[in-house]
Amino acid sequence: MPSVLIKNNMREEHLPHIWCPGCGNGVLMRDVASAIDNLGLDHRKVVIVSGIGCSSRAAGYMDFDTIHTTHGRAIPYATGIKLADPELEVIVLTGDGDVSAIGGNHLIHAARRNVGMTVVVFNNNIYGMTGGQYSPTTPRGEYGTTAVYGNIDRAFDIAALAFGAGASYAARGDTYHVEATTYLIQKGILHKGFSIIDCASICPTYYGRKNKKGSAVDMLMRQKTHGVMAEHAEKMTPEQLQDKQVIGVLAHTNYPEFTAEYQKIKDGLRGGKKDGQK
Amino acid sequence: MGKAVLMQGNEACVEGALAAGMRLFAGYPITPSTEIAENCAVRLPLAGGTFIQMEDEIAGIAAVIGASAAGIKAMTATSGPGFSLKQENIGYACLTEIPCVVVDVQRSGPSTGLPTSPSQGDVMQARWGTHGDHPAIAVSPSSVKETYELIIRCFNLSEKYRTPVIFLMDEMIAHLREAVELPDMDSLEIEDRLTPLTAEKNPFPYLVKEGEWVPRLMPLGMGQHYHITGLIHDDTGFPTNSHEEADKLCRRLLDKIQKNKEDIITYDGYLLEDAEEVVVCYGGTARAALSAVDEARMEGIKAGMFRLITIWPFPEEQIFRLADKTGRILVAEHNDGQILLEVRRSAQGKVPVDFIGKINGDVITPEELLTKIEEEHYAKCADKK
Repeated sequence: MPSVLIKNNMREEHLPHIWCPGCGNGVLMRDVASAIDNLGLDHRKVVIVSGIGCSSRAAGYMDFDTIHTTHGRAIPYATGIKLADPELEVIVLTGDGDVSAIGGNHLIHAARRNVGMTVVVFNNNIYGMTGGQYSPTTPRGEYGTTAVYGNIDRAFDIAALAFGAGASYAARGDTYHVEATTYLIQKGILHKGFSIIDCASICPTYYGRKNKKGSAVDMLMRQKTHGVMAEHAEKMTPEQLQDKQVIGVLAHTNYPEFTAEYQKIKDGLRGGKKDGQK
Repeated sequence: MGKAVLMQGNEACVEGALAAGMRLFAGYPITPSTEIAENCAVRLPLAGGTFIQMEDEIAGIAAVIGASAAGIKAMTATSGPGFSLKQENIGYACLTEIPCVVVDVQRSGPSTGLPTSPSQGDVMQARWGTHGDHPAIAVSPSSVKETYELIIRCFNLSEKYRTPVIFLMDEMIAHLREAVELPDMDSLEIEDRLTPLTAEKNPFPYLVKEGEWVPRLMPLGMGQHYHITGLIHDDTGFPTNSHEEADKLCRRLLDKIQKNKEDIITYDGYLLEDAEEVVVCYGGTARAALSAVDEARMEGIKAGMFRLITIWPFPEEQIFRLADKTGRILVAEHNDGQILLEVRRSAQGKVPVDFIGKINGDVITPEELLTKIEEEHYAKCADKK
């Protein structure tokens, strides 16, 4: 019997999903559904937007208006949707390659522009759909089918990247810390502006196998032992934090949201005022 | 008719788009299309719409398709290099059947080319730019007034056939200023896409009703909870690997344009009745052709002009019939012979098809065209002797 959560938020007829056994994406998709459920959002007003890759198949399983777009472009599609109807709750489901490689330019500009949307990154450190090529979040020295002698590039920290670009809400979650990650997604949805939750997924099939990370359970347990909640991390020294993954809010500021600001311009023009004069 | 106003081609494009119901523009600055973005930035918020300057060309078309999926009429505008960048997402709009209008103010290429000299070098790209077999509609204006009228037509065709429509302008018309009398808004025919009558869940949102060509898709955010994907999908909207379903979808996408060519294709004939030398042209080139044809007539040469308004789908039957009753065709275009190939294919060898073109950023003058008509005419007379 499917759970109430699945019944209320998933397209049961399209399950089971296509992800490999042990993949973290199903857990993260469930976290998104839980966040929507916990907030009691009007399901008619939720639009889920995804790009291309393993992560982006999530859109098809979720029982909302869903749009599976082109590689890297989920954020600009979401921007158009939000601009067309600012009442909509626009949630972007994307992956590390989708959002920080081919879609990297859109990520930083959406963060800067602060259009209201919530971006959940299923970050598995690899291109899974194409069979295990290194991605912008594959750590230096690790392996992929296109980094057979070890990856030279340094990895992006996607949450920090978005924060650096001006994101008004940036957080990090993972697959193991389900409740914390769900809560971080909820906060992101409630935040008026651009929010991003960079969630460490696990890919035992490609990333795990190429890099001798053990089974899916081993990889999950590693998230348990290496994950530190932000409030604990504050009390830890940089040495203690080395090799740890901080789970929690990296940045949360109130900055004017784009569609609300644009509405002010429109209202000003309607009142015969120019240049947004009060 | 209102009073005449002096207007630039790019301005007329924006005014027409607003009249057609455009409420979102997303784009990126590129000359010679930039005035379209600038005018949208001024006019859209006044009309209750939204202008946004995106971070790149790809984001521009992506935001347009997103906005249209959410139910509003949207447009982007670009030139040569930007048109190349937009191609993948034009294909997405074809497959997902989300209406949108893409203005390409052609400039001299390839690559950065000769910014921003005139060209008509993107004609084949407008047909085949995005990968895979796909439908294409492209329309090209020859005057400022026609720019206003045809951008409305682009929106109408896009809404009706749920497909991206390319408005192939060229620098000559985009930067031309003419006195234009704009029609009354009440006199305009505006087409809006069909949507389902209720937002109830529908297991087959992509199912096409009997007697219709396209699915009635609901704007996002109405609660129908359907799925849109760039993967080949069946009537449920969800991906399928079935060859049968793939064939059904891809054939319908092509057929909805091919089988409605009568409705989509428009052209303009000038002095064709008794013409022995016919210039086939489109866009800004038609202005030189018109002068050349008049001059030729004054010299006693029976010249005429066949001006394409719809470029794609190509009016092959019309050209075939033209080839039946004229003596010679001269194709004039600002490229190295793109439409020439289509004209030759359609004429099926019935008449000689000659060519005059330029790819150096310069314009074809009426004198050059006249000389070419004369050469052909007198060569033909010599042949007869």
